[in-house]
Amino acid sequence: MSAWKKHQIFEKNSLILIVGIVIMISIGGLVEIVPLYYLKSTIEKTEGMRPYTPLELAGRNIYVREGCYACHSQQIRPMRDELERYGNYSLAAESMYDRPFQWGSKRTGPDLARVGGKYSDEWQRDHLIDPRSVSPTSVMPGYPFLMDAKISPIEIENHLKVNALYGVPYTEEQIKYAKADLMAQAQPDSDAAEGFAERYPDVLIRDFDGNAKEVTEMDALVAYLQMLGTLVDFSLYDEKANLR
Amino acid sequence: MAEHKKEIDQVTGVETTGHEWDGLKELNHPLPKWWLYMFYGSIVWAVIYWILMPSWPLVNGYTKGLLDYSQRAVVTEEFNAAAAERAETGKMLLEASLDEIQNTPELLEYAMAQGKVAFGDNCAACHGVGATGFEGYPNLQDDSWIWGGDLETLATTIAYGVRADNDETRYAEMPAFGRDELLEKEQIVQVANYVGSLAGIPTQDGVDLEAGKVVYEENCAACHMDNGKGDMEMGAPNLTAPNYLYDRSIKGIEAQINTPRHGVMPAWIDRLGETTVKSLAVYVHSRGGGQ
Repeated sequence: MSAWKKHQIFEKNSLILIVGIVIMISIGGLVEIVPLYYLKSTIEKTEGMRPYTPLELAGRNIYVREGCYACHSQQIRPMRDELERYGNYSLAAESMYDRPFQWGSKRTGPDLARVGGKYSDEWQRDHLIDPRSVSPTSVMPGYPFLMDAKISPIEIENHLKVNALYGVPYTEEQIKYAKADLMAQAQPDSDAAEGFAERYPDVLIRDFDGNAKEVTEMDALVAYLQMLGTLVDFSLYDEKANLR
Repeated sequence: MAEHKKEIDQVTGVETTGHEWDGLKELNHPLPKWWLYMFYGSIVWAVIYWILMPSWPLVNGYTKGLLDYSQRAVVTEEFNAAAAERAETGKMLLEASLDEIQNTPELLEYAMAQGKVAFGDNCAACHGVGATGFEGYPNLQDDSWIWGGDLETLATTIAYGVRADNDETRYAEMPAFGRDELLEKEQIVQVANYVGSLAGIPTQDGVDLEAGKVVYEENCAACHMDNGKGDMEMGAPNLTAPNYLYDRSIKGIEAQINTPRHGVMPAWIDRLGETTVKSLAVYVHSRGGGQ
């Protein structure tokens, strides 16, 4: 019984109580979160994952800025109906360069984890400008201003640097040419496109917004949408080694 | 502090906890028994769960649990089981030719059901729920086809797409006669009006249709044919069709000659598989425009 009495120390000194609460909650965090950083099984071994190109990263920032995540998740859960509709369940590895991640289960619109390549650029464009022009019952708002908003290259280098700080493996060269690469991906005929293709092999280089003269926010967002879920090569993925 | 002196509170008749805080005493109302036992029960359940299911992270891995449960394994198993079930009929679809599917009621019923679902999820975004399309996205209900509307052609188009990211995709590109300065502005107006006259669109006054015809024969007829009916082998649209993919007016024709728009249809074979592509071909063919 005597140890039982000691709780009075906590109950009568708010500071000690706070310290006690912090210690108890920290134990939960240590046990639940810390192992994720050192356990090799957290992130699956995959072929094909690469950091976002500057244009895709800019598109992702627009995606977050416009709050697309409020209605669209990017997480195919391991449930049969989701596999049937959207494809293979999402892997942790597929969001390893996402800061912040776009997981979720609240879907007013469909999941976008594997929307890349499912529709044409023109469709993405028409749909973003006026969703009801191609999907009459859609409740999604239109984003026509993306066509007029030229992409701003000022911040892109810093965005890459910050991601690199978090451990995204951008090379020094990629950071150095971030501004040029941002433009080059949407201008396949430009001189910069060649250097871009060397720094980022196997990425889509084309005029995403149908306006060859400028690089707009529409270019960035469509470039981002068209690569979603297309990176991991599932023919080389060892499913058995990554059962959870 | 005399915290152990339990007493009966005079006013309420309830025992106190014996705690006294600056002269205030606390009545002893213990937690309800049902709540308390559920609390203890949940602790016991947690321990059972730790033993049965994957739970505790360790140094090199985590405890797998006696049941060896894996959500990913379960869903893969469910998915494969359903796929195997479908494969029974699906196999017959794979082995049968498209014509056979259409002429065998049992196969047709299956293909139509599968095609309908696949169309709704994958095709309706561009071609519309009723397959009537939108401007720039072909109407599949009418008789105008760019690449052809027979079963085999439909299956090929669905499988490999048009101008898609696929080695076997269909490809056609009309030169940008205006943008790339292949034709004079006046010539474009003339040929647009000539095409209009072929299609039965009212032409503009004072335009030299004969000159337009010459321009047409020199620049357009190779793909769209002398009579303007196009060539589906090359994906050259029929200019005399009652429906156009884009704006069906003299202005629209001019715009297309100046800077053509080239729609893209994704290749579906990798995403959907051969069985579903076949079902879709049969389904689309049945929509009314099939040849």
